[in-house]
Amino acid sequence: MNWLSDDAISRLQAANAMADFAGTRYRLIECVGSGGMGVVYLAEDSVLGRRVALKILDLPDVPGEFAARLLREAHILARLEHPGIVPVHDAGVLAGGRAFYAMKFVEGQRLDRLSEKQNTLSTRLSIFQRICDTVAFAHAHGVLHRDLKPPNIMVGPFGEVLVMDWGVAKILGRIQSSSSGPVAVESLAPASDPLLASPAKTAHGAIIGTPGYMAPEQARGDIESLDERSDIFSLGAILQFLLANPAHQNVSRPLAAIARKAMAANPEDRYTSASALGQDVACYLDGLPVSAYPENILRKVARWAPRHRVAIALVLTYLVVRAVLILWARR
Amino acid sequence: MNKVVYGLILGGILGIFDGLTSWFTPAVRSQLLTIVIGSTIKGIIAGVLIGFFARKVNSLPLGILFGLGVGLLLAFIVAYMQRGYYVPIMLPGGLVGLIVGYATQKYGSSGLSAPSRP
Repeated sequence: MNWLSDDAISRLQAANAMADFAGTRYRLIECVGSGGMGVVYLAEDSVLGRRVALKILDLPDVPGEFAARLLREAHILARLEHPGIVPVHDAGVLAGGRAFYAMKFVEGQRLDRLSEKQNTLSTRLSIFQRICDTVAFAHAHGVLHRDLKPPNIMVGPFGEVLVMDWGVAKILGRIQSSSSGPVAVESLAPASDPLLASPAKTAHGAIIGTPGYMAPEQARGDIESLDERSDIFSLGAILQFLLANPAHQNVSRPLAAIARKAMAANPEDRYTSASALGQDVACYLDGLPVSAYPENILRKVARWAPRHRVAIALVLTYLVVRAVLILWARR
Repeated sequence: MNKVVYGLILGGILGIFDGLTSWFTPAVRSQLLTIVIGSTIKGIIAGVLIGFFARKVNSLPLGILFGLGVGLLLAFIVAYMQRGYYVPIMLPGGLVGLIVGYATQKYGSSGLSAPSRP
């Protein structure tokens, strides 16, 4: 009897773990990442001749729950058409039983790695604003991300900002709509889409998220009480991460106040929407007052004066010249 | 605010203030009202001219130069009519024009309406 070497066994295991894309339009190029639920491959779509990212379940013999979760993620992404959310092109199940979906291949850097570079504060805050816009869009469509953190944010080479990894997203039982009142999620999901029509898939007490970025109610596993404000806490933690760069030793008080308000322990004390949080950051960038930081008259002047220093200097020059001329005339 | 209206209001306010400062000069205090009215009219004319220029030419340096020029020219005319006081009238007059030129370019809006969407 011939025994297989350890090396041969390892190669056989690796080959077994590889997804079988024979007979599909996709040709695997390389593995570009892996997460708790699946592996992401760079692949080529032979029909359209373009590169795509394929997210595939990690194990061939997983219970149906994980396959359903992956396909649910694909359905959520397909529903959220927004420049800040990666578009899904295709989804299905391979011959070997593994679920997968194909999405746009995003070339860029994770926010946590980008932050190691010395970007200006305004660049970081602009990125943060776009994250807020994307999350606000998802909330408006009744979707909570539940795992917002810098590694899940991609920044493209042309400044595009994408919120990734919606694998643990939650469909809310209602959506915030400017045109109508609360809407039942079932009315949003088509009848043929059982994945979306079953919003509560996570058991009460299960902890989903990343320590340091998840809200206290999320860390307690209080799944039922999660709402938009849980994501807002995570956004506040991302803002704090962006402000904690060593290049920015002195974080301005209004920005620190914005992060504090977003990360308030009590959800009632947080911003009511991701848009409101993004708007406060926009106000800061425009030199306007922010809602999280009440100002007295001295602080208002301190914020106003640097932006109008040329005008102030001109008026002071005029006053000095006038005073000198008056004194000169009275000699 | 529209650049022309902005220039008009700012020029008028600075003209009033400029005229009121003559109260500190006892020799001309008796003519205070005439000076204030003349100075206000001068400020309004300068403000409107500078505002129109700012609406046509969107450039901070050129706006400042034009404001300075208009302020000096109008002040020169006033000083010439007074037959003297060139420095006490032209120096603050030029500065007022410069301030209005800067402010209209910096803070005035172009006054153009946004294009309508189909």
